[in-house]
Amino acid sequence: MKAQRTRAWITGVIAVVVSVVVFLVPFVYVVLQAAKDPADAQTLAFSWPKQFLFFQNLGDVLTYNDGIIFRAFVNSTILTVFSVAVTTVFAAMVGYVLQRKPSRWNPVINFFVLAGLIVPPAVVPTIWVLQGLGLYKTMLGMILIEATFGLSFNILLFRAFVATIPKELDEAAVIDGSGPIRMFFRVILPLLRPVLVTVIVVQAVVVFNDFAGPLYFLPGDENATVQLTLYQFQGQSQSFYNLLFMDILLITIPPLVMFIFFNRQIVAGLTSGAVKG
Amino acid sequence: MTTATTTSALKPAAALTKNGGAPARRKIKSFYPSWFYIPAIALYVVFFAVPTFASFYFALTRWTLFDNTFIGFGNFVEFFQDPQLISGFIHTFEYGFATSAAKVVIGFLLALLLTGPVIARGYLRAVIFFPVLVSTIGVGIVFKNLLDPFHGMVNGILGAVGLPQPGWFTDPKLALWSIAAVDIWKGVGIATLIFMAGIVAIPQEYFEAARMDGAGSWKILRTITLPLSRPAMATVIILSLIGGLRSFDLIWATTGGGPGFTSDVIASVIYKEYQAGFYGLSTAGNVVLFLVVTVIMVPISYFLNRKEVEL
Repeated sequence: MKAQRTRAWITGVIAVVVSVVVFLVPFVYVVLQAAKDPADAQTLAFSWPKQFLFFQNLGDVLTYNDGIIFRAFVNSTILTVFSVAVTTVFAAMVGYVLQRKPSRWNPVINFFVLAGLIVPPAVVPTIWVLQGLGLYKTMLGMILIEATFGLSFNILLFRAFVATIPKELDEAAVIDGSGPIRMFFRVILPLLRPVLVTVIVVQAVVVFNDFAGPLYFLPGDENATVQLTLYQFQGQSQSFYNLLFMDILLITIPPLVMFIFFNRQIVAGLTSGAVKG
Repeated sequence: MTTATTTSALKPAAALTKNGGAPARRKIKSFYPSWFYIPAIALYVVFFAVPTFASFYFALTRWTLFDNTFIGFGNFVEFFQDPQLISGFIHTFEYGFATSAAKVVIGFLLALLLTGPVIARGYLRAVIFFPVLVSTIGVGIVFKNLLDPFHGMVNGILGAVGLPQPGWFTDPKLALWSIAAVDIWKGVGIATLIFMAGIVAIPQEYFEAARMDGAGSWKILRTITLPLSRPAMATVIILSLIGGLRSFDLIWATTGGGPGFTSDVIASVIYKEYQAGFYGLSTAGNVVLFLVVTVIMVPISYFLNRKEVEL
């Protein structure tokens, strides 16, 4: 018993030291760079800032290029909130009926759900569709695209969770005379709460971090989302490394907040396939 | 298409039960409204299925978005004659398999560590997992700076102790593998979590019984933990391969496919051809990626999900 305790300590200490070097140093580097003056940050060194300009850089980055970062945060928030809302409700409806109602169509639906998970979206044809609908370069188009790309994964999560809710509850609701919509929103949706939180949080992080989507389907400075703003500070004659890293720090905060508050739900959602396969 | 047939096929049944006379069980079954599918199917068809099917036609054209000329397999011929595009094709496999294999091995070892006797478990789990949630582009930029051949911290340390200082992202032989390493750094946390969930789900009695019978840790690992982690293993392999074969963000943020085209993959070729205005060629790249992913994923997921675990 004592030997085991010692082993736990030794492996633990080694693991902590390695984890600090491998996983924490990059994050510390971001914070240090974000607090430097431009010349200091330009050297790329892992060093203490010569001048501590953290808050000045914060102000600079928010006002940079007519406040494009601020606008990008607004855009990303709108995109995330609406696309997550749409995909969550639509996926919950499908996952619920798909699990509950046996039908000869179910294998077909399951096939398309899996296809949506595996098949990479065709880029230019999607732009062609968006253009045909007049939705190219519009926030609405981007919201619908993100909602669509999120459907498959979330349907799988909902379907797996609905299987754990006893069917008798539906039957009781039917006997009480409530219609399908009423039952779904009053009985089923509240019971889905744990998985609902998971879906919302995971999907929000995915959409917020998405780079390729807005790059292809929502070009233009006025539409910029936060991931695209990182390219604002590079490529010009002068690179503002301090502001670039401040920007990285800013866009890391929302996922960090999500992680702190919903750690358990995120883990539950992402590992749901692990046990059953 | 599916929408119309699904609803029309099920409507008569619903109508029947409304008229009464059907058994209760049946009533419940038809109570679940098929129209719940319609909103999701509408999105899926318009923004996913239609573009995917259209890509098979447009890949065969010279295309400007406004008009297209049918040119048969010209784009595909070009794709497999251009050395840049061929190397992107090969890199996709190398990158996908290397990152997936590394995530399986490292993720499993980390999961063993974190489910075994160890202090600071919560902290370790959190730091290993957090990179999964961070912006890929941000991670790419940070490592591009840390691994800068002349000013980066890593080469600074290597130089100080007298080791060679490789050009991580600038050496044509190394660039793709450096990106793969960063990809593993960012993605191994999810593999670890999935394996942890798999290992924790193994009933404790199995371990106790094995220990009673005098099995050592190595034997327990080989005969119990490893085979019973199979569902977790399947999930990790499938998820990491799908992600690895489609990978774009990290490559774009670190090397942009360079130097030259030594770290290009199909997904970055698609973007470059799109940027250059070769929409037909870009879409042909999409079809190639579609075929690559399908041809690899379908047999692998079939094989992984088929066998039941035998103890």
